[in-house]
Amino acid sequence: MQYLTSEEIKALERKANSIRQSIIEMLTEAGSGHTAGPLGMADVFTLLYFGIMKHDPENPDWEERDRLVLSNGHICPVLYATLAHAGYFPTEELLTLRKLGSRLQGHPHRGALPGIETSSGPLGSGISQAVGMALAERIDNPYSAKFIYCLTGDGELNEGQIWEALMLAGKEKLNNLIVIVDRNGIQIDGYTKDVMPLEPLAEKFESFGFDVQEVDGHNIRALNDAVGKAQAVYSQPSVIIAHTIASKGVDVFERDFRWHGNPPGKGPEDRVEKSQQSVVALQKLRSLAGTIRPQDID
Amino acid sequence: MFATHLQPNLTSDTVERVPTRFGYGEGLLEAGKRDEKVVALCCDLTESTRTNLFAEAFPHRFIQIGIGEQNMASVASGMAAMGKIPFMASYAMFSPGRNWEQVRTTIAYNNSNVKVIGAHAGVSVGPDGATHQAIEDIAIMRVIPNMVVIVPADVHEARKATLAAAKFTGPVYIRLGRSNTTVVTTPESPFEIGKAQLLYTRDASLDKKVGIIVTGSLLHNALMAAEALQKEGIGASVLHIATIKPLDGEAVQAFAAEHGALVTVEEHQITGGLGGAVAEHLAECCPTKIARVGVMDRFGESGEPDQLIVHFGLDVPAIVAAAKRVAS
Repeated sequence: MQYLTSEEIKALERKANSIRQSIIEMLTEAGSGHTAGPLGMADVFTLLYFGIMKHDPENPDWEERDRLVLSNGHICPVLYATLAHAGYFPTEELLTLRKLGSRLQGHPHRGALPGIETSSGPLGSGISQAVGMALAERIDNPYSAKFIYCLTGDGELNEGQIWEALMLAGKEKLNNLIVIVDRNGIQIDGYTKDVMPLEPLAEKFESFGFDVQEVDGHNIRALNDAVGKAQAVYSQPSVIIAHTIASKGVDVFERDFRWHGNPPGKGPEDRVEKSQQSVVALQKLRSLAGTIRPQDID
Repeated sequence: MFATHLQPNLTSDTVERVPTRFGYGEGLLEAGKRDEKVVALCCDLTESTRTNLFAEAFPHRFIQIGIGEQNMASVASGMAAMGKIPFMASYAMFSPGRNWEQVRTTIAYNNSNVKVIGAHAGVSVGPDGATHQAIEDIAIMRVIPNMVVIVPADVHEARKATLAAAKFTGPVYIRLGRSNTTVVTTPESPFEIGKAQLLYTRDASLDKKVGIIVTGSLLHNALMAAEALQKEGIGASVLHIATIKPLDGEAVQAFAAEHGALVTVEEHQITGGLGGAVAEHLAECCPTKIARVGVMDRFGESGEPDQLIVHFGLDVPAIVAAAKRVAS
């Protein structure tokens, strides 16, 4: 596990904040798309791409890279913004999101854009694909140092295919598989506890043969520790349930399921009127830039 | 007149009958020996899909998925993303029936090098009945971009199609049957993805003529229908289409021009399969009268395979009758 200094954590938080600003800008320009999930997962993506994963933006097909499968493809603005900030393509291109001819499709398309490991959008198939990658890697090299990361949403866990994939991962004891669940508690129609209760979620994963950790999905140090522990698990696949706040970083959007599938400018108006939503979001994020929460300081 | 590379005893009772899935089993084993990137996946149907031959020879390259076809499709996609050549097998009703969306998104849209094997297709599944008789699978695979669709006619062609699919880069669907299917071709008969083959040439001295286009398990019936038609004074030829997508449009067009009237024959719904593909192609270039022999927008039912072929109007007399309706 790689230790992160307080300075490094501060730098990652600033990076996550920049990525959030890009998310707001690109969604506003697109005029459609999802806001809550991308903002909520910005810390996880930043840590993975700037602190943990083996990858090379200059050589996206580098054989030895770790793989990241985004299962809940609708949060792709955070993936696109992270890839652009990491140098896979120019950040200006983010503003083409969802437009005709763009490499930034509304849901990710493998082959369209460097750094996209698979096409996704229809929910529930990402863990299966990550399991396939982990199995293939183990056939070639049982002592491989490559990790296969799969990011899923909590609402997505409603899909039956998820549990087929978890059963297979447990059966095969895929210790090179690390699943990260965005546990933000919302989905399109409401709170996950109302639409389809998931708890006891940790116990469910445990019973399928997973090593389970629960962590604050916005605490970079805690996340880094959790991924490090997951990498060290010897005979099981791992899951990290990352407790996140939907729309994290823009307090007037936070925790509200109505921001799941709307971009700034088209969200609920009871706190900020539509014409001001993008401006307010960017102001909030700029004012937060570089702030460090007490729990992140040694 | 039969093409010279076919079995010599096609009109006799001694003709051999073997399920096409056996050819898949042999072909997969052979492909596995030739290329270590070949891996096999199966959903608790290892023996009946004949995946067991591969699984016994290469246990580390075989993944037992359990009964979860949706998972299997996406696991195969993930394995292909790492450079493997996955062959995933189940009954066609479940794969690509149950898992169509996963096949579309995680395999075809990704242009993954996955081979989808749908066994037990057609009404000739027999006593299991309609729930297990996939007669819509060609339609749902043909409509997906990037997907190649192959329907082998017999055990030898199934083996060759499997080997060809292993060499071909990209998603391929291969349709197989459960029951004994008449062996028409030989191990030496040519096979190429995308190529139609003229297997029976009409007697040009007869005034009336008709062209029969057939795919899969009904090839022998089509050939016997051509023989019967010629005896009744109608010159009949048989064009065998193993690859429904990409369709050999040139061959179909030339065949249509030569005969002026066509019959299509398949163990599939009359919409969306071979008949649909041929009709779509010809409607745009050279409208031709076509009678489609297939399942008439119905579900299957229980019965013995040979009984069902007759019951659903896929037998030799049914093809002959359809040919007479359109013969020019």
